[in-house]
Amino acid sequence: MSDKETKETNRRDFIFLATGAVAAVGVASAAWPLIHQMNPDSTALALSTIEVDVSGMEVGQSITVKWRGKPVFIRRRTRDEINLARSVSLDDLPDGLARNNNAANTAIATDENRSIEGKEEWLVMLGVCTHLGCVPKGQSIGDARGDYGGWYCPCHGSHYDTAGRIRKGPAPTNLDIPPAIFLNDSVIKIG
Amino acid sequence: MSKISTYGKKYEPKSGVSRWFDERLPLPRLMHNSVNAFPTPRNLNYWYTFGGVLTFCLITQIITGVVLSMHYTANSELAFGSVEHIMRNVNYGWLIRYIHAVGASMFFLAVYVHIFRGLYYGSYKAPRELLWILGVVIYLLMTATAFMGYVLPWGQMSFWGATVITNLFSAIPVVGGTITEWLWGGFAVDNSTLNRFFSLHYLLPFMIFGVVILHIWSLHVTGNNNPIGISVKDEQDTIPFSPYYTVKDAFALVCFLILFAWFVFYNPNILGHSDNYIEANPLSTPAHIVPEWYLLPFYAILRAIPSKIGGVIFMFSAIAILFLLPWLDTSKIRSATFRPLYRQFFWIFLANCLVLGYLGSQNPEGGYLIASRICTAYYFIHFLVVFPLLGIIETPKPLPESITKSVLEKIKTKEIEENK
Repeated sequence: MSDKETKETNRRDFIFLATGAVAAVGVASAAWPLIHQMNPDSTALALSTIEVDVSGMEVGQSITVKWRGKPVFIRRRTRDEINLARSVSLDDLPDGLARNNNAANTAIATDENRSIEGKEEWLVMLGVCTHLGCVPKGQSIGDARGDYGGWYCPCHGSHYDTAGRIRKGPAPTNLDIPPAIFLNDSVIKIG
Repeated sequence: MSKISTYGKKYEPKSGVSRWFDERLPLPRLMHNSVNAFPTPRNLNYWYTFGGVLTFCLITQIITGVVLSMHYTANSELAFGSVEHIMRNVNYGWLIRYIHAVGASMFFLAVYVHIFRGLYYGSYKAPRELLWILGVVIYLLMTATAFMGYVLPWGQMSFWGATVITNLFSAIPVVGGTITEWLWGGFAVDNSTLNRFFSLHYLLPFMIFGVVILHIWSLHVTGNNNPIGISVKDEQDTIPFSPYYTVKDAFALVCFLILFAWFVFYNPNILGHSDNYIEANPLSTPAHIVPEWYLLPFYAILRAIPSKIGGVIFMFSAIAILFLLPWLDTSKIRSATFRPLYRQFFWIFLANCLVLGYLGSQNPEGGYLIASRICTAYYFIHFLVVFPLLGIIETPKPLPESITKSVLEKIKTKEIEENK
């Protein structure tokens, strides 16, 4: 074979590339089931909605319920806590977004956008620190509640205010608010 | 005498059977030449015995681990109870589990000695760059294996350690959340997480074993470094690995085992956290989450950075930077014995790592936070500034002509001193 022949693109090159391409697709499609099996299975997905009866909750009381394996904080806030949260200037917030699944993605982090619409007493949010996933303190009486009177994560020192917004510490965002609505006066549906 | 004289000789089949075998699969030849006859520098000190200690640790972890898995149940409802079942009901279960748990710590103790030995004597320099990189890969696999193993008893530290570490991946922009849910197999650390961690915890030691073989293979291509760091020049500089270093390694191993046994029999829980004897509770985080002692320096670095993604990047970089070390160190002299400046920085670096470890166990507030930021800064400065700079500004001490000469000189000075 002369040099000239080997440098030209020929049918053999085409077959080589085509075979390689088919093999790559084959490997990728064989790998996908092996990767996808690790994603949440149907039993995990089936647990995606819960209903919580909150008719017995007093003002100033908190409860923690489990949703999708994670704690959800439900707090019926006092007037003072609401006023404190509303008196904060948005410029003082490290994270300016509401992080509320019930509102638009771009909604700003006002207290109104964080509490349940029309029921400003009620704050429902994931009790999962947005830093590395610990459960912040502040649900039980006597818990450390941080410098802003809301919640405090003991793992790496994140402080949240009375609207669950990050104020100080390594957590990058406000506590997430899951899809939550009042079905009637006493039952909240989460998910 | 006749027995000793066969040491150091290349393999020669002695019987018809071994000749027949050798022509078809020269495995005995490979074993003989790489263990018995392998030429090793004659001046290796006890810091060089930790390769053997580490091999022992890996095998011990695999044997005790295989046995433990015969009694352990990887299910979030049953795991915690099954560990107590091992401790109380299984014959010698307490012993096997304590050996496995303490063994992880001893494994890391030995690997840190081994790594710092390499740092002191410049064992990462040409031609041993790949040998060093394979070692860092082994270390990375060890941390992954140890982390997943710590999750299996399903205590509070297991659960929350797993939560914090897997959440590191949520710092990745855009796809972070998807990746963490994929790792968990759900929306939080749960039964499916435990199951896959068990599977991978069983798999990874065998991958470590594979990389260890590459590590040793690479060692046998380049040959050992040694405490004076100059290359072997002729046969005079070496002695056969067996019996000289098999005996030396065995003695070091016995000493190491005394410490190991002290932990297993007298203080098996001192290296673990007592909260791990409380069953995992997804609704309540313990007041202080700390990893096992061997990961504390990296935990301190993670918490020293006031940003989530930043902390994660710095923590992983702290290990990744070791891969680049062979090219960051600009000095051609291997051993710190002949590098008066580097020798001091070596001890500063070691102290810095120990302080980082201590800071990793404390609350990241006030003075502790400031200190961990200083130490984190120094950790990276050591690699990125000190290593490249020292090679340029340092005047090394004169090197001995050969390994043999340096050994003989040592003996001479000793004799002179004794005669006085």
